[in-house]
Amino acid sequence: MYPPSFDYYDPETVDEAIDLLVEHSDAESALLAGGHSLIPAMKAGETAPDVVIDIGGIDSLTGITNRNDVLKIGATTTYADLLSADVRSVAPVIVEATSNVGDTQVRNRGTIGGNLAYAGPEQDLPGAALAAGATLVCRGPDESRRLNADAVLAEQGAKRIRQVELLTRIELDPAEDCVGAYVRKTNPVSGYALVGVGVRLQVEDGQVTAASVGANGLADNAVRLDTVADELVGGTLEQGNIEAAAGRATDGLGPVEMRSNAEASAEFREQLAEVYTERALSKAASRTDAVAID
Amino acid sequence: MSEHEITLTVNGEHKELTVESRTLLVHALREKLGYTGPNVGCESGVCGACTVHLEGDPVKSCTAFAVQADGANIRTIEDLGSDESPHPVQSAFRREHALQCGYCTPGMIMTVTDLLDRNPEPTDEEIRKALKGNVCRCTGYQNIVRAVETAAAEYPITDSTDGSASGGD
Repeated sequence: MYPPSFDYYDPETVDEAIDLLVEHSDAESALLAGGHSLIPAMKAGETAPDVVIDIGGIDSLTGITNRNDVLKIGATTTYADLLSADVRSVAPVIVEATSNVGDTQVRNRGTIGGNLAYAGPEQDLPGAALAAGATLVCRGPDESRRLNADAVLAEQGAKRIRQVELLTRIELDPAEDCVGAYVRKTNPVSGYALVGVGVRLQVEDGQVTAASVGANGLADNAVRLDTVADELVGGTLEQGNIEAAAGRATDGLGPVEMRSNAEASAEFREQLAEVYTERALSKAASRTDAVAID
Repeated sequence: MSEHEITLTVNGEHKELTVESRTLLVHALREKLGYTGPNVGCESGVCGACTVHLEGDPVKSCTAFAVQADGANIRTIEDLGSDESPHPVQSAFRREHALQCGYCTPGMIMTVTDLLDRNPEPTDEEIRKALKGNVCRCTGYQNIVRAVETAAAEYPITDSTDGSASGGD
């Protein structure tokens, strides 16, 4: 499919990109980085922006730093660059989620920020970002905002990325004594996540002192599985406790409308949530020995 | 700003061309520049038949606008070997019957060469994972995996075995 015509700009700085967003705020404009959500949508006729602003060439938006216990990932860092940066030990959930995305070619182009900004229901990073407690830094014409992942990604996020704003980076605090994991049931048609679950656990002397669980594919937005997290805290990671917590995966999701379509009904997704929560917890638990040895 | 003059270095050759903003890289390569090696297979960014190397990395050229590649180095299947002196991966594909219609093959081989550059002794699982973005309707993949395994035995490529027209990277 040939996408319809549009005007293309490739700013060299974040300020230029924001100026372009403001200048074209009356038109339908779209930001382009890796293009692996936007371009297929344009080719399929699902979206037809008049203006495309390519931020892929802005050097300050890409790259990873790990200083003073804060991991900063530039928004246009590709999946491949994150995976080769060897930061799995400080960002286990985000890195494992990233390793699930797409394929070799997709990972060479698609970006961490693009995944979070697009936040389709079956993408991998939103749920992982919830579990990891990530901060999303966004810059607009008047201010810079630091938003926690819940505010941007979870349902009814009132503080979403604005039309004239750029997500510039995500930040993670690599907490002590934490293990994490991300597993998913791959949608066999799309290659995205039918259901994906990310967990981050703080474990001290064999006891879970903090837990954070995020899931993709259950609703239109990523959701926290707080009931699972609450069930785990104060206990050990023996199989019985894991199963009990996972069994409550979709309890307490409240008024969230469960995603249901021809590929998977809501009932099936609920079942998958339990299965993949258990697998994620078991995987994270298997990594606690490594943490203790370190 | 909907028409752009861009430059691409394709297989070592400097090219100047005018494209629309919406021109996909694969169409610029095939129709503007005559590199018909990369194929358009699916219209949805999943099949990988369009795979080329962009700045050394395999990417799906159907999911990039040509303007995004302005100034970049691109390598297509045309750069690998020749009829008289095929690239070891091409020879392995032939020997192991890893192609039938051949439509997926250019993209498949571009991903394979990148895999072997990074991982000279891939396991069966690593090969299959690396090729997840290259779909084949004919072979059932077994012979493709076998071809990669036998080609791996001849990596790393030295200039004398590369066989490429432009003398390699």
